[in-house]
Amino acid sequence: TALRFVDKKCYIRARFVYIYLSFCLSLADYFSQGKNDSEDSGLRFASCQLLWKQINSETEKIQEELNKQLFDNLIRFLRQSHSEFQTKTTEWMCRMKSSEIPTAALVLGVNVTDHDVTFKSLSEVLQDNVTPYVVSLQAKECPGIKHLLQKLMGQLMDCYVDADSSEEEECVNISQKKIRCSMASLSKWYENVTKKTGSETPSKKRTSSSRHWQSPPVVVIFKDMEIISSQHIHEFPLVLIFGIATSPMIIHRLLPHSVSSLLCIELFQSLSCKEHLATVIDKLLLTTQFPFKLSEKVLQVLINIFLYHDFSVQNFIKGFQLSIVEHFYSQPLSVLCCQLLEAKKRVTSLSHNQCENIRSLPSFRRYVESQVSEKQIALLTEDSFLKEVTQTLLEDLHIYHENYFTVLRCLHVFTTSLPKYPLGKQIRELHCACLGKSVWETEEYESAIQLLRMLAKDELVAILQKCAEIFISPSGKQFSNTVEKLEEFLARFQNLEEANEVQDVSVSSQKELQKKTDLYHLQKTLLALKESKRSKKLTKFEMLRFEVVDFIDSLVRSYLAPAEMQTLNEVVYFNTANTLREHLNAAPRIALHTALNNPYCYLKNQTLKSDVGCISNTAPDICIVYKLHLECGRLINLVDWLEAFSTVVTAVEGTDPEAVATDQVDEIIHARFIRAVSELELLGFIKPSKQKTDHVARLTWGGC
Amino acid sequence: MPNFEHPEYPEATLLHLESMVPCRESQVSSLLSIFGERQHFSFPSIFIYGHTSSGKTYVMQTLLETLELPHVFVNCVECFTSRLLLEEILTELQSLSSENKHGSHMPCDTFNDFVRLFKQEIIIQDLQNQTVYIVLDKAEQLREMEANVLPGFLRLQEMTDRNVTVVFLSEIVWELFRPNTGCLEPFTLYFPDYSIGNLQKILSHYHPPEYSADFYAAYINILLGVFYTVCRDLKELRHLAALNFTKYCEPVVRGEANERDTRRLWKNIESHLKKAMQTVYLREISSSQWERIQQDDGEPGHLKGLSAHAHVELPYYSKFLLIAAYLASYNPARTDKRFFLKHHGKIKKTNFLKKHEKTSNHLLGPKPFPLDRLLAILYSIVDNKVAPTANIFSQITSLVTLQLLTLVGHDDQLDGPKYKCTVSLDFIRAIARTVNFDIIKYLYDFL
Repeated sequence: TALRFVDKKCYIRARFVYIYLSFCLSLADYFSQGKNDSEDSGLRFASCQLLWKQINSETEKIQEELNKQLFDNLIRFLRQSHSEFQTKTTEWMCRMKSSEIPTAALVLGVNVTDHDVTFKSLSEVLQDNVTPYVVSLQAKECPGIKHLLQKLMGQLMDCYVDADSSEEEECVNISQKKIRCSMASLSKWYENVTKKTGSETPSKKRTSSSRHWQSPPVVVIFKDMEIISSQHIHEFPLVLIFGIATSPMIIHRLLPHSVSSLLCIELFQSLSCKEHLATVIDKLLLTTQFPFKLSEKVLQVLINIFLYHDFSVQNFIKGFQLSIVEHFYSQPLSVLCCQLLEAKKRVTSLSHNQCENIRSLPSFRRYVESQVSEKQIALLTEDSFLKEVTQTLLEDLHIYHENYFTVLRCLHVFTTSLPKYPLGKQIRELHCACLGKSVWETEEYESAIQLLRMLAKDELVAILQKCAEIFISPSGKQFSNTVEKLEEFLARFQNLEEANEVQDVSVSSQKELQKKTDLYHLQKTLLALKESKRSKKLTKFEMLRFEVVDFIDSLVRSYLAPAEMQTLNEVVYFNTANTLREHLNAAPRIALHTALNNPYCYLKNQTLKSDVGCISNTAPDICIVYKLHLECGRLINLVDWLEAFSTVVTAVEGTDPEAVATDQVDEIIHARFIRAVSELELLGFIKPSKQKTDHVARLTWGGC
Repeated sequence: MPNFEHPEYPEATLLHLESMVPCRESQVSSLLSIFGERQHFSFPSIFIYGHTSSGKTYVMQTLLETLELPHVFVNCVECFTSRLLLEEILTELQSLSSENKHGSHMPCDTFNDFVRLFKQEIIIQDLQNQTVYIVLDKAEQLREMEANVLPGFLRLQEMTDRNVTVVFLSEIVWELFRPNTGCLEPFTLYFPDYSIGNLQKILSHYHPPEYSADFYAAYINILLGVFYTVCRDLKELRHLAALNFTKYCEPVVRGEANERDTRRLWKNIESHLKKAMQTVYLREISSSQWERIQQDDGEPGHLKGLSAHAHVELPYYSKFLLIAAYLASYNPARTDKRFFLKHHGKIKKTNFLKKHEKTSNHLLGPKPFPLDRLLAILYSIVDNKVAPTANIFSQITSLVTLQLLTLVGHDDQLDGPKYKCTVSLDFIRAIARTVNFDIIKYLYDFL
């Protein structure tokens, strides 16, 4: 049934997105055929593609960097694992040890959708660096040992052809004709290969990187395979790589000891997906490199899907891509969403329509209202003046972003040192908080500032130093004053320290004296000291601390204004979160309910427009039946249901009431009813019940 | 005077054989007498069973090779279909005569073909006058092949009318093999486990050339003292012995103790071996890592084993789904009202219980539950509203592929699927702690 089917086919949603995207991207004329055909659709499409290309290459770079460490370790392990095979040592030790298959267990986390990419790049890296013979097997592809070996041999032979296609093609042809899938033939094949190519490249190793994702049928296969392999290990070197999604414990659970004792397992931990996401956000969103930005709500949707549902960075990037496409498609002014210089150039060639579009932007209207009246008129009537102003506004927006990200990072340094993280631990949370509304008006910010006022000195100094670094590192023209100020603070802290040392000495000498008095007196004096401290004026350090915090506060107030307040923010910010949510977080049950409960929503037939609660007779039969069944309990009496149905249907047709009164239901209506009910059954809303005759059971709960 | 006596073979060969099979003399001598002379017909089939690494394969191989009897040795695990098995036997048979090392491939689909080809091959190889031995190692696998394979091999002598003996090597008893339809009973022979004395003798037999036999024997003695209680697997013990021997020799190499100083050596090695038992033996850390630790002389403490990484990170709703699944698996369905309705009234545990429910559900294991119940519990334990989106449903399937849940019944059943939760209480408590959910309060067993 349809409802159940949804949870079986879990990737339907992903596929939808994919189809949607491929549709968007492959058909350039999709843009031009859309509703805004006049407004530079071609240009928008081109800039959209360019932007996506850049972002895509950036994400790939990030991925590569993140995986580098892991892959390096893995390659080192693979190189080492069969060194003794190459040197062919026949020591006593080697003879005595049982031959174990070196195995790398790769713990990758639960975001299975991301693994494909990782494994793909892994096998590429291995092929380049270690050995041409890399096989990657997937659990779902190998339901039995036969398939597994077939796949393994197939991939190996292909690799082999790739590796040295010129010389030994005939040999490959023979073996492919009748692949006898057994380990024996595998090892024979390896012997052949090494014999022929061995003289030239003796370092060639065969690595079979097999991945399996904890599905029971595969494990059975692996069990057998490992037993076999151990006998052949002296004949040909084999390395297994397991991809593990949950915890390495699973190896022990799935493989009996007799098998795991043949494996020499080493563990490799990949980066957690949360860290991965943090890097991606840092490199893609918190930068001026890309003109396109996400508004708070959209970002929240994407992050929520990530945290609540799938932990998949790939899906996050897909969602990001979708929002780019959606933005360039739906916002005609997105033509200006490109690098600043290019954007300025484009402004000059804007059509009159586009100028009108600019004038209708809410943020621009706000801006106009704040101007003097002559300027207002000029802005609203003269296109050329508007274009000039737009150019400066775009520049302002660019500068705003530059400042924003720098100050954001600086504030993040401060907030991460606070207990309980009132503004969030991750920079993305802080970003969201700042994007949405004026952060300094929130309670969290208030409490954060309170906590900042209580920081210890060494902490504060360390934070200030970090901030200074942040301000120095970028182009830093705008922030030369700030840096100076920070350095001044640091210097003053330094001075304080020296002054404090002098004070400390005097205090300690005081204490020296007190030691000689008895306990009671000591307590008394200590209490007195405390009192005096409390009542005392603020120390120099405290004064300075206040100053620092106030300074930071002023920075935040001047630079972290929410993006929505910026003029022309609509050009670069994508903010229709609802569209995105609909596309990414499909709700099949809700869609089904809406379709049945309010068919106008999908059919767009004016006659179907009706008030909530009343049942229109013009609706399709199944809708009427569905609405009626919502009013019933767990068991539905079919006769009552039919009567209600016929009442609704005939009432609308409005024939003579006499016929209804005869209590005889029309045969056609009866047939329509039966069809509608069986359709409902097919959709999984009801099922036949054996508890009572002439009753069916409802499978869903809750009313309208 | 050799233990083995046989008119057929020279005394020197028999003596050599005896030295090769320590602690298995009686089995070998009975095998010898069964085999008889080369041209004699022997039993049609011999079934040898015994526990893991009790020397079945080794003894058989040494026996046949030392006496230079024509034989075929096949591992049934390698040949996972009967066709592969039969072809493998034929190929091996072809390569018996030395000049034809790599025989051509013979297609052989059925047992009938096999019998025909086998007879041909015997004539080609000129083996009519001596017994040919076919040894099927790991014969348990035969039970999973077609029903005719095992009875076929049992009466191969009769069917081919050739002098052939099939030897089965297995870890389980013959009774578990016997097909329902009946068959020719093989001669069964039992290989008992090695005793501790036997193990000591065998392990000390292969001492490293650099050190004296006595020194190594003392080491083996210590090793067995630690490991004998948990492991009697000869292969595993030999592996462990080789791994830890360098550590044992350390004081000698450094010159702090001589080879006789058993007590000091024992002190040096004992704790080390115990650590090895907790880590290497369980394959918590791999042998190569263990060796590296030894070389660096570092403490193995800093190297975490496989089970130390038990922590699993899950998305927020997956955690709640898992918790809901756990509750559904371990609480009786009738108690859901009690836990998830606001005004449930008071239900006393004793009255409320049916008799069989008084046993702890945790002792009985997880029970299957329908999808609807899982979702109903999910909606009531998550604080904010959850829409039944495709994302939620796909997470259930993800949890199944991660083996945290299992699907009960067949995969194809789309209507009303049932699941079971397979995680442990500790695991679910760790998960529940991360989302601030007090799972104990919701478990019927802990009421």
